[in-house]
Amino acid sequence: MAEFLLELRSEEIPARMQTRAADDLRRLVVDGLKDAGLDFSDARAFATPRRLALVVDGLPVARPDVSEERRGPRVGAPEPAIQGFLKGAGLDSLDQAEKRDTGKGEFWFAVMKKKGGPTAAVLPGIIDTVMRTLPWPKSMKWSNGTRLWVRPLQSVIALFDGNVLTGEVGLAGTMAPIRFGNTTRGHRFLSRGDITVAGFADYVAKLRAAHVVLDPAERKRIILEGARTLTDEAQVALKNDEGLLEEVAGLVEWPVPMLGTVDPQFMDVPPEVLTVSMKTHQRYFVTTMPNGALANRFVVVANNVARDGGKTIVEGNERVLRSRLSDAKFFWDQDRKITLEERLPALKQIIFHASLGTQAERVERIVKLAGEIAKSIPGADAAQVEQAARLCKADLVSGMVGEFPEVQGIMGRYYALGERLPAAVAEAIGDHYAPAGPNDRCPSAPVSIAVALADKLDALVSFWSIGEKPTGSRDPYALRRAALGVIRIVTENRVRLPLATFFEHADLLDFFAERLKVQVREKGVRHDVVDAVFALGGEDDLVRLLARVDALQSFLGTEAGRNLLTAYGRAANIVRAEEKKDKSLAATISGPPDVALLELKEEQGVASALEEAERRVKPALETEDFAGAMQALARLRAPIDAFFDKVTVNVQDRPELRLNRLKLLNQIRATMDSVADFSKIEG
Amino acid sequence: MSKPQCFQELILTLQQYWAGQGCVILQPYDMEMGAGTFHTATTLRALGPNPWHAAYVQPSRRPKDGRYGDNPMRLQHYYQFQAILKPSPTDILERYLGSLEAIGIDTTLHDIRFVEDDWESPTLGAWGLGWEVWCDGSEISQFTYFQQVGGIEVEAVSGEITYGLERLAMYLFDKTSIYDLPFNRPDSDVPLTYGDVFLQNEREQSAYNFEHADTEMLFRHFADAERECSRMVERGLPLPAYEQCIKASHTFNLLDARGVISVTERQSYILRVRTLAKACCETWLETEATKPATSAAGRAA
Repeated sequence: MAEFLLELRSEEIPARMQTRAADDLRRLVVDGLKDAGLDFSDARAFATPRRLALVVDGLPVARPDVSEERRGPRVGAPEPAIQGFLKGAGLDSLDQAEKRDTGKGEFWFAVMKKKGGPTAAVLPGIIDTVMRTLPWPKSMKWSNGTRLWVRPLQSVIALFDGNVLTGEVGLAGTMAPIRFGNTTRGHRFLSRGDITVAGFADYVAKLRAAHVVLDPAERKRIILEGARTLTDEAQVALKNDEGLLEEVAGLVEWPVPMLGTVDPQFMDVPPEVLTVSMKTHQRYFVTTMPNGALANRFVVVANNVARDGGKTIVEGNERVLRSRLSDAKFFWDQDRKITLEERLPALKQIIFHASLGTQAERVERIVKLAGEIAKSIPGADAAQVEQAARLCKADLVSGMVGEFPEVQGIMGRYYALGERLPAAVAEAIGDHYAPAGPNDRCPSAPVSIAVALADKLDALVSFWSIGEKPTGSRDPYALRRAALGVIRIVTENRVRLPLATFFEHADLLDFFAERLKVQVREKGVRHDVVDAVFALGGEDDLVRLLARVDALQSFLGTEAGRNLLTAYGRAANIVRAEEKKDKSLAATISGPPDVALLELKEEQGVASALEEAERRVKPALETEDFAGAMQALARLRAPIDAFFDKVTVNVQDRPELRLNRLKLLNQIRATMDSVADFSKIEG
Repeated sequence: MSKPQCFQELILTLQQYWAGQGCVILQPYDMEMGAGTFHTATTLRALGPNPWHAAYVQPSRRPKDGRYGDNPMRLQHYYQFQAILKPSPTDILERYLGSLEAIGIDTTLHDIRFVEDDWESPTLGAWGLGWEVWCDGSEISQFTYFQQVGGIEVEAVSGEITYGLERLAMYLFDKTSIYDLPFNRPDSDVPLTYGDVFLQNEREQSAYNFEHADTEMLFRHFADAERECSRMVERGLPLPAYEQCIKASHTFNLLDARGVISVTERQSYILRVRTLAKACCETWLETEATKPATSAAGRAA
């Protein structure tokens, strides 16, 4: 058994692309090996800022010849079928195929012989496929070449069983190809010259000696452990941030965590601003004090072992942060000299969208909408809703948000608190963009709910009105997120809001339905249950809709539910089969059955059970007792079973009886479908 | 050359260094422009097959960034140092790191990082991939591999290195305000700071950009430049045509700073400048300058 080692070394690969690229590298190589019929025991891929690497263990040194048979079309089949077969099997003409009698006729057969041979002969082709098809989010050409890669490729290690594979990566254009080799480079600053490697273990060890930690998971561990040691000593706590950790691990080959200090004069700037500066702009980890407040320490991860122990690096980073934060502090001090109310005229100068007017106009719409919505929200003070809605966008023209757009809303909240506006108003301003995603917190205070809903509904309604709807891949105004936000706010707070009253375009409700479906499916609700409830149509109260989904899902989980479904299926199948034979039947049997024609007691049993069910279902639905409605339906099951035991529906000699019985069955369907479309449920 | 002690020595050191790398050291283009990239030595030379190594300082004007001299970190007139190497040599990053050593950034003491930063110029119809270079968390350069210029895919890829000189100098000389930067050596007979040289200019030009520029005249200049550019394109003179394109671009920036261009119009003005840039680039590609070099020097490169 032998080992395959591949390293593709390039200039610095963007951090956000590395994990995906390593996965793709592994997938492409594994697929290539499978296609070539090569078994292996393990394949692992790694990425650092300057290299993608892969090792495959347990490969055979050579593989035997194999032959594979493929049956083609019948002898004498039409020409296109023959051509398709030849192409698929890689044959030039039928002369290369065999005729065989299979007992069911004479068929063409192709016997394809795959020549075996040394594995080393197969691998260069796989490397070539990787180079051509690895899907970088963005790729480029460089120098005089036309080869596309994420950044200029510098060397390729391709070792199989300890030997360099024969081959090269062509760069096209007038550039010399990069020949497969067994050398690489270590850390950009902590290592000099080429490193020659004999295999994967040697590669990992020599890289480590050259200050490169190959495995991103290990780099993350080093960062976390190092950061924790530093923060423990400083008696602060590291704020966990998996996304940042992932990114930072992709920016360094040799992580060296260092502790920096935030100049205390900046600590009265809102923590959200400090965090944006440190985390988003500088990629520092922030720390907290035992009481949870932001501490004035941060962790920066350097990619260098400096000869002064990192003193210069820490000082430099503290200096950059100081200059960023003096900006922030300047804005924080300046912005509070003007009230949010005084800022409103400036919103007239900001275009929201060319066809939708200014932010001031948008605010007017939000105020109106929020007022309407507030009527459906118990405890939402109308005056506070109006004030919060009017001021919610005012911070867009503050200096701080101009410089740090990430803290929009958050700053409005601070400024409102500073002006001693009602707390509910300040919180609503701060909350009105939320939730920004599935993991973001959802507003729950009445005033906040009204303004947050108005903000999103206005965006949806407005963009819909100018035909800017999201398409499969394009959603430039984040309308999907807005719809999901509405869904979360409404359902998590159980807001009873007739959504359709806000929509001018009917398909906007369909858009919500689609989003809601996706959302409940993700929560593990059966898709057929969702479909059964949505098929009822016309429901714009999401709370009611989800209550029905829940009730149906739990009902179908019980034995009574499953049995009833079986009974429904029998009734529906018969009606459907008959309707198929006679197109006019549906109209004929739509009414209630004629009581006088109900001859058998089993028929009468179903009829009175239906009557009873309807009597119970209606009020249950009206009071939104969906579980109760389902229980009422469950009582139908015994009479229906008895009916099918004793009654023949399609009586040949008495057509009036047949029709009446079909009416009865159809009514079972109708009654049950008033609760949910049971025909959508998959047994 | 020893480590630079002041702003002008930073420029001199970079010129010296890139001259040593075989670049022609050009002087600034004598027209107002938003960035060193607008210089013909970058925009036009990036097209066509011929090798080109050049470096130069370019005064850059961004009217909207004016702060009347009140903001310690923002100017409407500042300097970029630009090096362009085409085709990009395989050791271009090492060469760049050499320039950092030359200006006194010791890589055994500092933390240098290449952080993803893609570049795009909507007015030039140009884009490329590259990085911003960080030194101890501070951005000190931008590095771009040009992929497209004037809407045209490049034939040979240029590596473009841009140093924002004031920012870099603030880092090197440990200043929190641009205006405190030593322009010449602090021990000179007449030591002058950046503020001594430029503060007055920032105040006056900011007032011009935001308050006093005659917008009617600027609209006229824009239209004139646009017309003249097209006329020169028709005559197969891409260099004069391109100067009019630069003029239109700067005029647009002034109008933008004066706040007389609405958001919707903005897009259409950018598009108009791009159309000019594209026409200039296309015309440039038809000239002798972009035919494969046949001279001995050309072949040697």
